[in-house]
Amino acid sequence: MPKTNGAGPNGSASNGTQVTFLEAIKQAMFEEMERDPAVILMGEDVGVYGGAFKTSEGLLERFGSERVIDTPISESAIIGAACGMSYCGLRPICEMQFIDFIVCAFNQITNFVAKGHYLWNAPAPMVIRGPSGGGVHGGPFHSANPEMYFVHTPGLKVIYPSTPYDAKGLLKAAVRDNNPVLFFEHKFLYRRIKGEVPAGDYTVPIGKAAVRREGKHVTIISYAAMMHASLEAAEALAKEGIEAEVIDLRTLLPLDEETILNSVKKTNKCLVVHEDTKTGGIAGEIAAILFEKAFHDLDGPLMRVTSLDTPVPYAPTLEEHFLPNAKKVFSAAKELARY
Amino acid sequence: MKKELTRQHYLDMFYYMRLNRAVEDMMVKLFRQNKIVGGLYSSLGQEAISVGTAYALEKKDWLAPMIRNIGALLVKGVPPRDIFMQHMAKYDSPTKGKDGTSHFGDLDDLHIVSPISMLGDLIPVMTGVAMAGRYLGQKIVAMTWIGDGGSSTGVFHEGLNFAAVQKAPFVLILENNLWAYSTPVRKQVPLENLADRAKAYGIDSYIVDGNDVVAVYSTAKEAVERARAGEGPILIEAKSFRRMGHAQHDPAEYVPKEMRAYWEARDPIALYEKFLAGEKLLDAKGKKEIEEKIDTLLAAEREFAENSPMPPPELAETGVYCTGDDCHKIRAKWERPIAEVTPPRSSVKAVWTVAGFGSGKGSGGVNAPIHFGDTQPAEHTVGNDAKSANGRKPAAKVAAKAAPKKTEKAASASTSRKARR
Repeated sequence: MPKTNGAGPNGSASNGTQVTFLEAIKQAMFEEMERDPAVILMGEDVGVYGGAFKTSEGLLERFGSERVIDTPISESAIIGAACGMSYCGLRPICEMQFIDFIVCAFNQITNFVAKGHYLWNAPAPMVIRGPSGGGVHGGPFHSANPEMYFVHTPGLKVIYPSTPYDAKGLLKAAVRDNNPVLFFEHKFLYRRIKGEVPAGDYTVPIGKAAVRREGKHVTIISYAAMMHASLEAAEALAKEGIEAEVIDLRTLLPLDEETILNSVKKTNKCLVVHEDTKTGGIAGEIAAILFEKAFHDLDGPLMRVTSLDTPVPYAPTLEEHFLPNAKKVFSAAKELARY
Repeated sequence: MKKELTRQHYLDMFYYMRLNRAVEDMMVKLFRQNKIVGGLYSSLGQEAISVGTAYALEKKDWLAPMIRNIGALLVKGVPPRDIFMQHMAKYDSPTKGKDGTSHFGDLDDLHIVSPISMLGDLIPVMTGVAMAGRYLGQKIVAMTWIGDGGSSTGVFHEGLNFAAVQKAPFVLILENNLWAYSTPVRKQVPLENLADRAKAYGIDSYIVDGNDVVAVYSTAKEAVERARAGEGPILIEAKSFRRMGHAQHDPAEYVPKEMRAYWEARDPIALYEKFLAGEKLLDAKGKKEIEEKIDTLLAAEREFAENSPMPPPELAETGVYCTGDDCHKIRAKWERPIAEVTPPRSSVKAVWTVAGFGSGKGSGGVNAPIHFGDTQPAEHTVGNDAKSANGRKPAAKVAAKAAPKKTEKAASASTSRKARR
């Protein structure tokens, strides 16, 4: 696993400490709850147990059971109640124990939470977060990447970070945002990557991608765990004389078109890498944007490296075959560079 | 309970029931003139429920109406013009034409949450409102309605169960009007009394004649005050009948004639008028005054609504997101000291206290035993056995039961924060 440097989007070094992805998320919640008593946390086993992944450990001890609420196994009730709370000026964070279960509350999110501001001017400042993604042999119901269901829903914001720095800064920004924000935490990254976070308070703007590596031959666009596979591939490509520019989307909705277009106008070639399945994934949307706005800049086909169009299989051999990896990214980028 | 009402209260409820019916009668006319853009739903014969329940709320309380609760909106203070304009998709309507019917709300002044068409979704949302009100120390009650059909949804269960677990100050009115579109209640629920469902959530319930506004009001008032006092959510089943079809397009020929005749003879407004006359609270002159007042009001409200333009097409592009403080300044209205919910006063021991069994901890800080792949496995020790998470304890520890008094006290101490009003 490549070490990520936790530097900010502008690459500046900070004098903070190295923390895991998970610790960064915990810090964000802790600090936001400390800063604003309107912030509360709700979810299954988030209190006494500290969350299935220990993301909320210690929060109950500090903030009490009125602010850290262990709920029944009722995702619709969690989301619905959080929506009601947000109407009263609170800023609830809802944890989905595994993000796979978010679809149990699909109706609440897409019809109630997402449409309120447009229809009747009711902002719902709330965050829905939880562990997502595969590569940990969690099987078909504990490995999902359901982000695109929600990217297709106007009224929501969708964040999917790849570094501890971004996870903390974006989660804080999500809590302070006046809109419902979905925050996906790739569980493969939880304890596998460390990065630097600064000592003081900071946020990372929602809706801004980051250029993780500059290059001139091909643009690789990715996010979350596949960000790291893409960077690994870029290292290997560099050894073959191909300089890949790697873009971390960080936010999927709203999508940072400007950063994408600027990069593709420079490299003229674009490869999108995501762990989500292929059909209906964000790569298709990026392809459409490029065809609409950068058609004459393209010197090759838009290429995709994604998971297969299947459920996430359980056996390690199957899952490994299902998922993209650095090798697959390397091959695709190399092929693309030939155009 | 009856005696608590003054003459003015009785007459108020009469006014609102008449207004409810007059507003809907006028909308039927507008519908037939093709001035209503979408569907039109009727609460004919159910006015006593909307008016009687909403009348039991205080100004600071919150409600969320369903499609047949225009009476509740009127009681809460919504002007009839807003209801007309909503149905006519006018620019000056509360949603500026972005949605119709009773799908609108007012968070700041009237404390109304807009419904959506998916039934039951309001139940957890209003549970959240009730919990937030309690958390902020506002001593409010949240109320919403659901039909016999809507009580079949999953979110009805999830919401009511969560409200019950949280002892939220929440009152749910289950309007049993016997029909869910064309499906009779017996095909929805195999129960004689839908209020029986409350038992499954460990909450209290009432059954009331939904065509008797005084009974509806008294019951709702008691429920609201009990919920406000911290007794937890309460379910009221109001039995009535949907006199019109599901909406204007539906002649409801599936309803047996005898059934319709039975309920038409029990019109809630006619029944109430008879009651008021018997109690010498309303005479012909008083009734005429009320009706003239309504006629004058609605003529003006209708004129305003008809004169409002359609929204400009470009409006469709706006308002998907709140753009920040310039758009909404979101601030919780605290009515209790913030120090109570911030450290150090908010700090608690993270333990489960199980009555008769003492305390159990979570995982004691080690990783949960559900990690996959190459993540560090959880370290199991006797002290943080995962079994405590599902409430079970090893048999050897049952001896702790020997000191029930102490543990009960501990239990109430640890739950008191949750139940604080």
